Amino acid sequence: MSLEEYKGVFVFAQQVDNVLDGVAFELLGKGKDLAKDLNTEVTAVLIGSGVKGLADQLAEYGADRVIVVDDPELKEYRTEPYAHALASVINEYKPEIMLVGATAIGRDLGPTVSARVKTGLTADCTSLEIGDFPLVAAPGKESEQKHNQLLMTRPAFGGNTIATIACPDNRPQMATVRPGVMQKIAPIASAKANVVEFNPGFTPNNRYVEILNIVKAVKSTANIMEAKILVSGGRGVGSKENFKLLEDLAEVLGGTVSCSRAVVENGWLPVDLQVGQTGKTVRPQIYFAIGISGAIQHVAGMEDSDLIIAINKDEDAPIFDVADYGLVGDLNKIVPALTAALKAELGK
Amino acid sequence: MRIYVCVKQVPDTSGKVAVNANGTLDRASMATITNPDDLAAVEAALKLKDETGAQVTVVSMGPPPAEGMLRECIAMGADDAVLISGREFGGSDTFATSQIIAGGLSNLGVGPEDIIFCGRQAIDGDTAQVGPQIAEKLNIPQVTYAAEIHKNGNTLTVKRLLEDGYMTVEVSTPCLITCVKELNQPRYMTVKGILECYKKPFTVLDYEALKDEPLIDPTTIGLKGSPTNIFRSFTPPQKGAGKMLQGSNEEMVKELAESLAKKHVI
Repeated sequence: MSLEEYKGVFVFAQQVDNVLDGVAFELLGKGKDLAKDLNTEVTAVLIGSGVKGLADQLAEYGADRVIVVDDPELKEYRTEPYAHALASVINEYKPEIMLVGATAIGRDLGPTVSARVKTGLTADCTSLEIGDFPLVAAPGKESEQKHNQLLMTRPAFGGNTIATIACPDNRPQMATVRPGVMQKIAPIASAKANVVEFNPGFTPNNRYVEILNIVKAVKSTANIMEAKILVSGGRGVGSKENFKLLEDLAEVLGGTVSCSRAVVENGWLPVDLQVGQTGKTVRPQIYFAIGISGAIQHVAGMEDSDLIIAINKDEDAPIFDVADYGLVGDLNKIVPALTAALKAELGK
Repeated sequence: MRIYVCVKQVPDTSGKVAVNANGTLDRASMATITNPDDLAAVEAALKLKDETGAQVTVVSMGPPPAEGMLRECIAMGADDAVLISGREFGGSDTFATSQIIAGGLSNLGVGPEDIIFCGRQAIDGDTAQVGPQIAEKLNIPQVTYAAEIHKNGNTLTVKRLLEDGYMTVEVSTPCLITCVKELNQPRYMTVKGILECYKKPFTVLDYEALKDEPLIDPTTIGLKGSPTNIFRSFTPPQKGAGKMLQGSNEEMVKELAESLAKKHVI
């Protein structure tokens, strides 16, 4: 593989039901930074059926070029036709970097495609930058140091260590990126991208699966990834009914209730409200951690919140290590008092 | 019909995690467990065995102590175990790991009625890549995030979890399915199973045994066969401690409400 042939930053623009996923815009935002460092362009790869109309939206969020693979076989996400589409785009256009959102789709597609095009893939990255590999050349081996490499940083071992990974000898350098981690740019109205249509042809084979049905969970709640204020409860809240206290607090502040994994496992709240490593990554302006001990798996999903307020009866709870304000005591007394105090402060 | 279950022995990251001064994991001081998602995969295979009488083979790639974990899977009800182990396999990233396991499975033989089960992801690496990459290298269909599995003849109906719901797909054998913990409650080992687990067939496949497999090549396995390289590894920095509020509940909440208002965050 001649590495010099590979150019440009590519982003997989995930869409479902012809609606682009927010992570596509986040990846474009990051892709733009990386492309600037590499003095190259950002290309969005749009795969689906009847999706060409979404290209303008990708342009508004920073795509210089959009490669569209449009075919009826691509109507719903299925591993085989999508992997064929993305791998064919990579083989044809030879990107230097290929970013994919770490969603239920991206974490299925990414590894399949990386194995097919025989390159490395770093999972669930939280930071991406361009740099030298290795950081400092070994004495006498200066010529072996590679420049302009994608350095991919991700938590591992349940968030207990952070590793930075490079892919020096294979292309593209592939990464899946956690939704909610990268920042999208403010959309540039009426921006246009160079739209290229590419279709490698689709012939069903033994690897095509048949979709029998798709069931969307009833969205009873706001999207916690978009919320500015989150009032999050853990096992310490004690019961499903007790979440009323948190709802009252959230209502006063115009916030949203979220939770830890223990709450979902107890059946108190649905999984789409779960914050943490196996849930969602959030970065609200204020995060209330109420009755949450602060296991690393939870903290990994909320530590970038602007302001963290922890309420817990155990003064040794690890949540206080990441909190900006800590209140030790019985949440059944503190939360209603806080709701009342905030009401008074806000003149409600 | 044969069902292969790929299992991994992992450090128990849910307990106390020990980290060396250089930022790497102090594996020696930590308890090892069978990866939780993989136990769901074992249970899924044993359920199918109960229904169909399939032969269940557990497969792991790892150092010799992984034998204990494989024997435990036999004590749960698996028929035999295969350990893929050798110095040549060390230092593998997901690309090389999936290459070696796919090579091992090819060597054991994947027939038209066979199924491979994996866990969604291992709790140490958290990549969720090895299952799909094995499917790719064996050129068979895959379904990830399985939360329900039913078998009718040579097709499986699988409920695949999505962020906001699920989809039900139909897939034909041979295929690979990755399982999530929510799929089932793994059964316990039985006393009879424990007594007999050392009498069941246990095979070790080393580099010599696999070197003629087309997938196994010095350039595709181990450190050399790994496209990704670790650049550095460190322990996440602790955020500086915040302010612990003092006084009665009323005093604490009043101070908090006032500071939030003063900072204009509410």
